[in-house]
Amino acid sequence: MEKKLTTPITDKDILDLKVGDEVFITGQIYTARDGAHKLMVEAINNNQELPFDVKGQVIYYVGPTPAKPHQVIGSCGPTSSYRMDKYSPYLMEKGLKVMIGKGDRSVEFSQIVAKYQGVYLLAIGGIGAKLSQCVVENTLVAYEELQSEAIRKLKVIDFPAIVAIDYQGNSIFAKQ
Amino acid sequence: MYKIERKTIVENVKRMLLESVKTLDKEVLDSFEKSRENEDNPLAKSILDKIIENHEIANSKDIPLCQDTGLVVCFLEIGRELNFDYDLEDAINTGVSQAYIDGYLRKSVVKHPLNRINTLDNTPAVIHHSFIPGNRLIIHIAPKGGGSENMSALKMLSPSDGKEDIVNFILETIKKAGGRPCPPLIVGVGIGGNFEKVAWLAKKAILRPLGDVTENEIDRNLEIELMEKINKLDVGPMGLGGVTTCIGVKVNSYPCHIASLPVAVNLQCHSARKNEVILVGKEINDTDNR
Repeated sequence: MEKKLTTPITDKDILDLKVGDEVFITGQIYTARDGAHKLMVEAINNNQELPFDVKGQVIYYVGPTPAKPHQVIGSCGPTSSYRMDKYSPYLMEKGLKVMIGKGDRSVEFSQIVAKYQGVYLLAIGGIGAKLSQCVVENTLVAYEELQSEAIRKLKVIDFPAIVAIDYQGNSIFAKQ
Repeated sequence: MYKIERKTIVENVKRMLLESVKTLDKEVLDSFEKSRENEDNPLAKSILDKIIENHEIANSKDIPLCQDTGLVVCFLEIGRELNFDYDLEDAINTGVSQAYIDGYLRKSVVKHPLNRINTLDNTPAVIHHSFIPGNRLIIHIAPKGGGSENMSALKMLSPSDGKEDIVNFILETIKKAGGRPCPPLIVGVGIGGNFEKVAWLAKKAILRPLGDVTENEIDRNLEIELMEKINKLDVGPMGLGGVTTCIGVKVNSYPCHIASLPVAVNLQCHSARKNEVILVGKEINDTDNR
Protein backbone atom coordinates (compact mmCIF):
# COMPACT_ATOMS: atom_id res chain seq x y z
CA MET A 1 0.00 0.00 0.00
CA GLU A 2 1.24 3.52 -0.81
CA LYS A 3 1.32 6.04 2.01
CA LYS A 4 2.41 9.66 2.26
CA LEU A 5 4.37 10.63 5.36
CA THR A 6 5.14 14.15 6.48
CA THR A 7 7.78 14.90 9.12
CA PRO A 8 7.72 15.08 12.05
CA ILE A 9 6.42 11.51 11.81
CA THR A 10 4.06 10.88 14.73
CA ASP A 11 3.65 7.72 16.80
CA LYS A 12 0.26 7.32 15.20
CA ASP A 13 1.83 7.44 11.72
CA ILE A 14 4.25 4.70 12.73
CA LEU A 15 1.54 2.43 14.14
CA ASP A 16 -0.17 2.67 10.76
CA LEU A 17 2.83 1.33 8.79
CA LYS A 18 2.97 -2.33 7.72
CA VAL A 19 5.88 -4.32 6.36
CA GLY A 20 5.96 -3.96 2.57
CA ASP A 21 4.13 -0.60 2.46
CA GLU A 22 5.60 1.90 0.01
CA VAL A 23 5.98 5.31 1.64
CA PHE A 24 6.79 8.76 0.27
CA ILE A 25 8.39 11.06 2.81
CA THR A 26 8.13 14.84 2.73
CA GLY A 27 9.87 17.13 5.21
CA GLN A 28 13.14 17.18 7.13
CA ILE A 29 15.47 14.21 7.55
CA TYR A 30 19.03 13.99 8.86
CA THR A 31 21.94 12.18 7.21
CA ALA A 32 24.35 10.07 9.25
CA ARG A 33 26.41 6.97 8.51
CA ASP A 34 29.28 5.07 10.16
CA GLY A 35 31.50 8.00 11.17
CA ALA A 36 28.73 10.24 12.51
CA HIS A 37 27.11 7.34 14.41
CA LYS A 38 30.41 6.55 16.12
CA LEU A 39 30.79 10.17 17.25
CA MET A 40 27.16 10.48 18.39
CA VAL A 41 27.37 7.33 20.48
CA GLU A 42 30.67 8.54 21.97
CA ALA A 43 28.91 11.81 22.86
CA ILE A 44 26.07 9.90 24.56
CA ASN A 45 28.55 7.76 26.51
CA ASN A 46 30.41 10.91 27.63
CA ASN A 47 27.16 12.64 28.67
CA GLN A 48 27.65 15.27 25.99
CA GLU A 49 24.92 16.85 23.93
CA LEU A 50 24.14 15.42 20.51
CA PRO A 51 24.59 17.73 17.48
CA PHE A 52 20.81 17.66 17.00
CA ASP A 53 17.88 16.44 19.08
CA VAL A 54 17.11 12.98 17.68
CA LYS A 55 13.73 12.79 19.43
CA GLY A 56 11.04 11.84 16.91
CA GLN A 57 13.47 12.32 14.02
CA VAL A 58 14.40 10.48 10.84
CA ILE A 59 17.99 9.44 10.10
CA TYR A 60 18.96 8.49 6.54
CA TYR A 61 22.13 6.39 6.17
CA VAL A 62 23.83 8.18 3.29
CA GLY A 63 27.16 9.70 2.30
CA PRO A 64 26.32 11.78 -0.79
CA THR A 65 28.70 12.85 -3.54
CA PRO A 66 29.53 16.58 -3.26
CA ALA A 67 27.00 18.95 -4.82
CA LYS A 68 28.17 20.70 -7.98
CA PRO A 69 27.77 24.51 -7.88
CA HIS A 70 24.26 24.42 -9.39
CA GLN A 71 23.04 21.41 -7.41
CA VAL A 72 21.38 21.00 -3.98
CA ILE A 73 23.11 17.65 -3.44
CA GLY A 74 25.00 15.06 -5.47
CA SER A 75 24.11 11.40 -5.85
CA CYS A 76 22.50 10.26 -2.57
CA GLY A 77 21.37 6.65 -2.33
CA PRO A 78 21.39 4.61 0.90
CA THR A 79 24.35 2.76 2.37
CA SER A 80 24.13 -0.67 4.07
CA SER A 81 22.29 -0.37 7.39
CA TYR A 82 23.71 -3.40 9.23
CA ARG A 83 26.85 -1.45 10.06
CA MET A 84 24.74 0.88 12.20
CA ASP A 85 23.14 -1.99 14.19
CA LYS A 86 25.41 -1.56 17.18
CA TYR A 87 24.85 2.23 17.36
CA SER A 88 21.08 2.37 16.78
CA PRO A 89 19.97 1.26 20.30
CA TYR A 90 21.72 4.30 21.86
CA LEU A 91 19.97 6.71 19.50
CA MET A 92 16.58 5.03 19.81
CA GLU A 93 16.86 5.29 23.57
CA LYS A 94 17.22 9.05 23.01
CA GLY A 95 14.02 9.08 20.97
CA LEU A 96 15.08 8.40 17.35
CA LYS A 97 12.08 6.90 15.56
CA VAL A 98 12.81 6.33 11.88
CA MET A 99 15.87 4.99 10.09
CA ILE A 100 16.32 4.69 6.33
CA GLY A 101 18.99 2.54 4.69
CA LYS A 102 19.50 -0.55 2.59
CA GLY A 103 19.69 -4.27 3.34
CA ASP A 104 18.75 -6.45 6.27
CA ARG A 105 19.55 -5.92 9.95
CA SER A 106 20.23 -8.05 13.01
CA VAL A 107 17.51 -9.84 14.99
CA GLU A 108 18.54 -7.72 17.99
CA PHE A 109 17.87 -4.58 15.97
CA SER A 110 14.30 -5.70 15.16
CA GLN A 111 13.76 -6.22 18.89
CA ILE A 112 15.03 -2.70 19.63
CA VAL A 113 12.71 -1.24 16.97
CA ALA A 114 9.81 -3.05 18.66
CA LYS A 115 10.91 -1.91 22.14
CA TYR A 116 10.92 1.77 21.15
CA GLN A 117 8.10 1.46 18.58
CA GLY A 118 10.11 2.88 15.72
CA VAL A 119 10.37 1.85 12.09
CA TYR A 120 13.13 0.87 9.65
CA LEU A 121 12.63 1.85 6.02
CA LEU A 122 14.44 0.59 2.94
CA ALA A 123 15.55 2.92 0.20
CA ILE A 124 16.69 1.31 -3.04
CA GLY A 125 20.47 1.11 -3.34
CA GLY A 126 22.38 2.31 -6.37
CA ILE A 127 19.81 4.85 -7.58
CA GLY A 128 21.40 7.92 -6.01
CA ALA A 129 20.90 10.09 -9.11
CA LYS A 130 17.14 9.50 -9.02
CA LEU A 131 16.91 9.98 -5.24
CA SER A 132 18.82 13.28 -5.47
CA GLN A 133 15.84 14.69 -7.37
CA CYS A 134 13.74 14.46 -4.16
CA VAL A 135 16.11 16.70 -2.16
CA VAL A 136 15.30 20.43 -2.22
CA GLU A 137 17.43 21.72 0.69
CA ASN A 138 20.73 20.56 2.18
CA THR A 139 22.29 22.15 5.28
CA LEU A 140 25.44 21.08 7.12
CA VAL A 141 24.67 20.34 10.78
CA ALA A 142 27.81 18.79 12.31
CA TYR A 143 31.06 16.87 11.92
CA GLU A 144 32.18 18.65 8.74
CA GLU A 145 35.58 16.95 9.15
CA LEU A 146 33.91 13.63 8.26
CA GLN A 147 33.49 14.86 4.66
CA SER A 148 30.73 12.82 3.00
CA GLU A 149 29.90 11.33 6.41
CA ALA A 150 29.04 14.68 8.01
CA ILE A 151 25.55 15.17 9.46
CA ARG A 152 23.29 17.15 7.13
CA LYS A 153 19.69 18.24 7.37
CA LEU A 154 17.84 17.58 4.14
CA LYS A 155 14.45 18.76 3.05
CA VAL A 156 12.90 16.09 0.85
CA ILE A 157 9.73 15.86 -1.20
CA ASP A 158 8.14 12.44 -1.81
CA PHE A 159 11.30 10.50 -0.98
CA PRO A 160 10.43 6.84 -1.80
CA ALA A 161 11.02 4.02 0.69
CA ILE A 162 9.62 0.63 1.70
CA VAL A 163 8.66 -0.41 5.25
CA ALA A 164 11.16 -3.15 6.16
CA ILE A 165 10.76 -3.47 9.96
CA ASP A 166 7.54 -2.25 11.57
CA TYR A 167 6.86 -1.07 15.15
CA GLN A 168 6.22 -4.67 16.25
CA GLY A 169 9.60 -5.83 14.94
CA ASN A 170 8.17 -7.70 11.94
CA SER A 171 10.74 -7.78 9.15
CA ILE A 172 10.41 -7.94 5.36
CA PHE A 173 13.51 -10.13 5.35
CA ALA A 174 12.07 -12.73 7.73
CA LYS A 175 9.45 -13.56 5.10
CA GLN A 176 12.02 -15.11 2.80
CA MET B 1 61.12 1.68 -28.39
CA TYR B 2 57.72 3.28 -27.91
CA LYS B 3 56.42 5.90 -25.55
CA ILE B 4 53.10 7.16 -24.21
CA GLU B 5 53.05 10.65 -22.69
CA ARG B 6 52.25 10.84 -18.97
CA LYS B 7 49.65 13.49 -19.78
CA THR B 8 47.81 11.08 -22.09
CA ILE B 9 47.50 8.55 -19.29
CA VAL B 10 46.33 11.13 -16.72
CA GLU B 11 43.71 12.53 -19.10
CA ASN B 12 42.43 9.11 -20.12
CA VAL B 13 42.12 7.85 -16.56
CA LYS B 14 40.20 10.98 -15.60
CA ARG B 15 37.92 10.77 -18.63
CA MET B 16 37.22 7.05 -18.16
CA LEU B 17 36.26 7.50 -14.52
CA LEU B 18 34.00 10.49 -15.17
CA GLU B 19 32.23 8.56 -17.94
CA SER B 20 31.91 5.35 -15.98
CA VAL B 21 30.27 6.84 -12.87
CA LYS B 22 27.26 7.92 -14.92
CA THR B 23 27.13 5.39 -17.76
CA LEU B 24 26.68 1.63 -17.73
CA ASP B 25 27.59 -0.70 -20.61
CA LYS B 26 24.72 -1.11 -23.05
CA GLU B 27 24.67 -4.89 -22.57
CA VAL B 28 24.19 -4.37 -18.81
CA LEU B 29 21.26 -2.01 -19.43
CA ASP B 30 19.76 -4.40 -22.01
CA SER B 31 20.00 -7.14 -19.42
CA PHE B 32 18.01 -5.06 -16.89
CA GLU B 33 15.33 -4.48 -19.53
CA LYS B 34 15.16 -8.20 -20.28
CA SER B 35 15.11 -9.13 -16.58
CA ARG B 36 12.29 -6.69 -16.04
CA GLU B 37 10.18 -8.60 -18.55
CA ASN B 38 11.01 -11.94 -16.89
CA GLU B 39 9.99 -10.83 -13.39
CA ASP B 40 6.52 -11.66 -12.08
CA ASN B 41 7.33 -10.17 -8.68
CA PRO B 42 5.89 -6.60 -8.80
CA LEU B 43 8.46 -5.23 -6.33
CA ALA B 44 11.33 -6.71 -8.37
CA LYS B 45 9.85 -5.19 -11.54
CA SER B 46 9.47 -1.80 -9.88
CA ILE B 47 13.07 -1.84 -8.60
CA LEU B 48 14.40 -2.72 -12.06
CA ASP B 49 12.33 0.15 -13.50
CA LYS B 50 13.91 2.53 -11.00
CA ILE B 51 17.42 1.28 -11.81
CA ILE B 52 16.76 1.95 -15.53
CA GLU B 53 15.25 5.38 -14.75
CA ASN B 54 18.22 6.20 -12.51
CA HIS B 55 20.54 5.62 -15.46
CA GLU B 56 18.55 8.05 -17.60
CA ILE B 57 18.70 10.74 -14.88
CA ALA B 58 22.42 10.16 -14.23
CA ASN B 59 23.15 10.58 -17.93
CA SER B 60 20.93 13.54 -18.69
CA LYS B 61 21.70 15.52 -15.53
CA ASP B 62 25.34 14.46 -15.13
CA ILE B 63 24.90 13.03 -11.61
CA PRO B 64 26.76 9.86 -10.50
CA LEU B 65 24.60 6.72 -10.70
CA CYS B 66 25.49 5.93 -7.11
CA GLN B 67 26.84 8.03 -4.25
CA ASP B 68 29.48 5.36 -3.65
CA THR B 69 31.83 6.29 -6.46
CA GLY B 70 34.14 3.55 -5.26
CA LEU B 71 37.72 2.66 -4.67
CA VAL B 72 39.38 2.62 -8.08
CA VAL B 73 40.72 -0.71 -9.27
CA CYS B 74 42.90 -0.74 -12.33
CA PHE B 75 44.34 -3.55 -14.46
CA LEU B 76 47.18 -2.52 -16.74
CA GLU B 77 48.26 -4.59 -19.72
CA ILE B 78 51.61 -3.12 -20.66
CA GLY B 79 53.16 -3.65 -24.10
CA ARG B 80 56.73 -4.92 -23.71
CA GLU B 81 58.05 -2.45 -26.29
CA LEU B 82 56.89 0.55 -24.26
CA ASN B 83 59.33 2.63 -22.27
CA PHE B 84 58.23 4.73 -19.32
CA ASP B 85 60.51 7.51 -18.04
CA TYR B 86 57.97 8.39 -15.33
CA ASP B 87 56.13 6.58 -12.55
CA LEU B 88 53.18 4.89 -14.24
CA GLU B 89 51.29 4.29 -10.99
CA ASP B 90 51.69 7.94 -10.07
CA ALA B 91 50.22 8.92 -13.46
CA ILE B 92 47.19 6.68 -12.84
CA ASN B 93 46.72 8.15 -9.36
CA THR B 94 46.98 11.70 -10.71
CA GLY B 95 44.14 10.89 -13.11
CA VAL B 96 42.12 9.43 -10.21
CA SER B 97 42.74 12.51 -8.07
CA GLN B 98 41.71 14.90 -10.84
CA ALA B 99 38.55 12.91 -11.62
CA TYR B 100 37.39 12.80 -7.99
CA ILE B 101 38.15 16.45 -7.20
CA ASP B 102 37.15 18.13 -10.48
CA GLY B 103 34.23 15.73 -11.04
CA TYR B 104 32.63 16.16 -7.59
CA LEU B 105 32.86 12.43 -6.90
CA ARG B 106 32.80 11.06 -3.37
CA LYS B 107 36.17 10.58 -1.73
CA SER B 108 35.82 7.17 -0.11
CA VAL B 109 39.42 6.25 0.69
CA VAL B 110 41.04 6.48 4.14
CA LYS B 111 44.79 6.58 4.79
CA HIS B 112 44.91 3.75 7.30
CA PRO B 113 42.24 1.12 7.97
CA LEU B 114 42.33 1.98 11.67
CA ASN B 115 42.88 5.74 11.78
CA ARG B 116 40.19 6.28 9.08
CA ILE B 117 41.57 9.66 7.93
CA ASN B 118 40.33 10.49 4.44
CA THR B 119 42.98 10.96 1.71
CA LEU B 120 40.69 13.67 0.22
CA ASP B 121 41.23 12.72 -3.43
CA ASN B 122 40.25 9.03 -3.48
CA THR B 123 43.83 7.90 -4.09
CA PRO B 124 45.51 5.51 -4.07
CA ALA B 125 43.92 3.21 -6.62
CA VAL B 126 44.55 -0.54 -6.43
CA ILE B 127 46.69 -1.23 -9.51
CA HIS B 128 47.59 -4.60 -11.07
CA HIS B 129 50.03 -5.07 -13.97
CA SER B 130 50.74 -7.64 -16.60
CA PHE B 131 52.80 -7.57 -19.79
CA ILE B 132 51.64 -8.14 -23.36
CA PRO B 133 53.50 -8.18 -26.68
CA GLY B 134 53.73 -4.96 -28.72
CA ASN B 135 53.52 -1.23 -28.15
CA ARG B 136 50.06 -0.81 -26.65
CA LEU B 137 48.93 0.01 -23.13
CA ILE B 138 45.48 -1.30 -22.19
CA ILE B 139 43.92 0.27 -19.10
CA HIS B 140 40.89 -1.41 -17.54
CA ILE B 141 39.44 0.71 -14.78
CA ALA B 142 36.50 0.36 -12.38
CA PRO B 143 35.27 2.53 -9.51
CA LYS B 144 34.29 -0.38 -7.26
CA GLY B 145 31.66 0.14 -4.57
CA GLY B 146 32.23 -0.86 -0.95
CA GLY B 147 28.88 -2.55 -0.30
CA SER B 148 29.36 -5.36 -2.80
CA GLU B 149 33.07 -5.65 -2.02
CA ASN B 150 32.24 -6.22 1.67
CA MET B 151 30.04 -9.19 0.78
CA SER B 152 32.74 -10.90 -1.31
CA ALA B 153 34.41 -14.03 0.12
CA LEU B 154 37.35 -16.40 -0.23
CA LYS B 155 37.73 -19.98 0.96
CA MET B 156 40.57 -22.45 0.78
CA LEU B 157 38.75 -25.70 -0.01
CA SER B 158 40.31 -29.13 -0.06
CA PRO B 159 40.80 -30.95 -3.41
CA SER B 160 38.47 -33.68 -2.12
CA ASP B 161 35.68 -31.09 -1.93
CA GLY B 162 35.31 -30.64 -5.69
CA LYS B 163 32.83 -28.75 -7.80
CA GLU B 164 29.76 -29.23 -5.64
CA ASP B 165 31.42 -27.53 -2.68
CA ILE B 166 32.57 -24.64 -4.87
CA VAL B 167 28.98 -24.15 -6.05
CA ASN B 168 27.62 -24.40 -2.50
CA PHE B 169 30.15 -21.89 -1.18
CA ILE B 170 29.18 -19.38 -3.88
CA LEU B 171 25.44 -19.90 -3.37
CA GLU B 172 25.81 -19.52 0.41
CA THR B 173 27.83 -16.33 -0.03
CA ILE B 174 25.16 -14.76 -2.25
CA LYS B 175 22.22 -15.95 -0.15
CA LYS B 176 23.81 -14.70 3.06
CA ALA B 177 24.60 -11.33 1.45
CA GLY B 178 20.93 -10.86 0.49
CA GLY B 179 20.23 -7.24 -0.50
CA ARG B 180 23.46 -5.82 0.96
CA PRO B 181 25.61 -5.99 -2.23
CA CYS B 182 22.80 -4.33 -4.28
CA PRO B 183 21.65 -7.16 -6.56
CA PRO B 184 21.13 -7.82 -9.47
CA LEU B 185 24.79 -8.77 -9.34
CA ILE B 186 27.58 -9.70 -11.68
CA VAL B 187 29.34 -12.57 -9.93
CA GLY B 188 33.08 -12.94 -10.43
CA VAL B 189 34.50 -16.32 -9.47
CA GLY B 190 38.13 -17.36 -9.18
CA ILE B 191 39.17 -20.98 -8.77
CA GLY B 192 42.73 -22.23 -8.35
CA GLY B 193 46.04 -20.44 -8.01
CA ASN B 194 46.79 -19.68 -4.37
CA PHE B 195 45.45 -17.39 -1.65
CA GLU B 196 46.10 -14.05 -3.38
CA LYS B 197 45.87 -15.27 -6.97
CA VAL B 198 42.33 -16.56 -6.52
CA ALA B 199 41.07 -13.16 -5.32
CA TRP B 200 42.80 -11.53 -8.30
CA LEU B 201 41.09 -14.00 -10.66
CA ALA B 202 37.67 -13.22 -9.19
CA LYS B 203 38.22 -9.47 -9.47
CA LYS B 204 39.42 -9.80 -13.06
CA ALA B 205 36.31 -11.88 -13.81
CA ILE B 206 33.86 -9.07 -12.96
CA LEU B 207 35.62 -6.84 -15.50
CA ARG B 208 34.95 -9.24 -18.37
CA PRO B 209 32.26 -8.00 -20.80
CA LEU B 210 28.83 -9.29 -19.79
CA GLY B 211 28.46 -11.23 -23.04
CA ASP B 212 31.94 -12.75 -22.84
CA VAL B 213 32.04 -16.56 -22.85
CA THR B 214 35.17 -18.28 -21.57
CA GLU B 215 36.99 -20.74 -23.84
CA ASN B 216 37.63 -23.17 -20.99
CA GLU B 217 34.87 -25.78 -21.05
CA ILE B 218 34.94 -26.54 -17.31
CA ASP B 219 34.70 -22.85 -16.43
CA ARG B 220 32.01 -22.26 -19.05
CA ASN B 221 29.82 -25.06 -17.68
CA LEU B 222 30.32 -23.73 -14.17
CA GLU B 223 29.20 -20.27 -15.32
CA ILE B 224 26.00 -21.74 -16.78
CA GLU B 225 25.27 -23.89 -13.72
CA LEU B 226 25.91 -21.03 -11.27
CA MET B 227 23.81 -18.55 -13.23
CA GLU B 228 20.83 -20.89 -13.09
CA LYS B 229 21.22 -21.79 -9.42
CA ILE B 230 21.90 -18.23 -8.23
CA ASN B 231 18.73 -16.99 -9.91
CA LYS B 232 16.72 -19.69 -8.11
CA LEU B 233 17.82 -18.36 -4.70
CA ASP B 234 14.94 -15.80 -4.72
CA VAL B 235 17.25 -13.07 -3.45
CA GLY B 236 16.13 -10.81 -6.29
CA PRO B 237 16.68 -7.09 -6.89
CA MET B 238 17.81 -5.46 -3.60
CA GLY B 239 17.18 -8.76 -1.78
CA LEU B 240 13.41 -8.42 -1.86
CA GLY B 241 12.72 -11.55 -3.91
CA GLY B 242 12.52 -12.36 -7.61
CA VAL B 243 14.30 -14.29 -10.33
CA THR B 244 16.92 -11.60 -11.06
CA THR B 245 19.63 -12.12 -8.44
CA CYS B 246 22.43 -11.97 -11.01
CA ILE B 247 22.74 -10.93 -14.64
CA GLY B 248 26.05 -12.66 -15.22
CA VAL B 249 28.55 -15.14 -13.77
CA LYS B 250 32.17 -15.08 -14.88
CA VAL B 251 34.58 -17.84 -13.85
CA ASN B 252 38.35 -17.55 -14.19
CA SER B 253 40.65 -20.43 -13.29
CA TYR B 254 44.38 -21.06 -12.84
CA PRO B 255 46.57 -24.08 -12.02
CA CYS B 256 46.98 -24.79 -8.30
CA HIS B 257 48.87 -26.86 -5.72
CA ILE B 258 48.05 -30.59 -5.36
CA ALA B 259 46.91 -29.87 -1.80
CA SER B 260 44.71 -26.86 -2.58
CA LEU B 261 41.40 -25.82 -4.06
CA PRO B 262 41.12 -22.05 -3.54
CA VAL B 263 37.83 -20.35 -4.46
CA ALA B 264 36.96 -16.67 -4.36
CA VAL B 265 33.77 -14.84 -5.20
CA ASN B 266 33.83 -11.12 -5.90
CA LEU B 267 30.44 -9.45 -6.14
CA GLN B 268 29.67 -6.54 -8.45
CA CYS B 269 26.56 -4.49 -7.64
CA HIS B 270 24.04 -3.52 -10.33
CA SER B 271 25.90 -0.24 -10.75
CA ALA B 272 28.50 -2.19 -12.75
CA ARG B 273 30.70 0.74 -13.70
CA LYS B 274 33.82 0.08 -15.72
CA ASN B 275 35.74 1.45 -18.65
CA GLU B 276 38.80 0.67 -20.73
CA VAL B 277 41.09 2.26 -23.24
CA ILE B 278 43.80 1.09 -25.61
CA LEU B 279 46.65 3.59 -25.97
CA VAL B 280 49.19 3.08 -28.75
CA GLY B 281 52.79 4.12 -28.11
CA LYS B 282 54.62 6.52 -30.42
CA GLU B 283 57.98 5.41 -31.75
CA ILE B 284 60.94 7.21 -30.21
CA ASN B 285 64.70 7.25 -30.60
CA ASP B 286 67.33 8.87 -28.42
CA THR B 287 67.41 12.19 -30.29
CA ASP B 288 63.59 12.50 -30.35
CA ASN B 289 63.52 11.79 -26.69
CA ARG B 290 65.60 14.79 -25.59
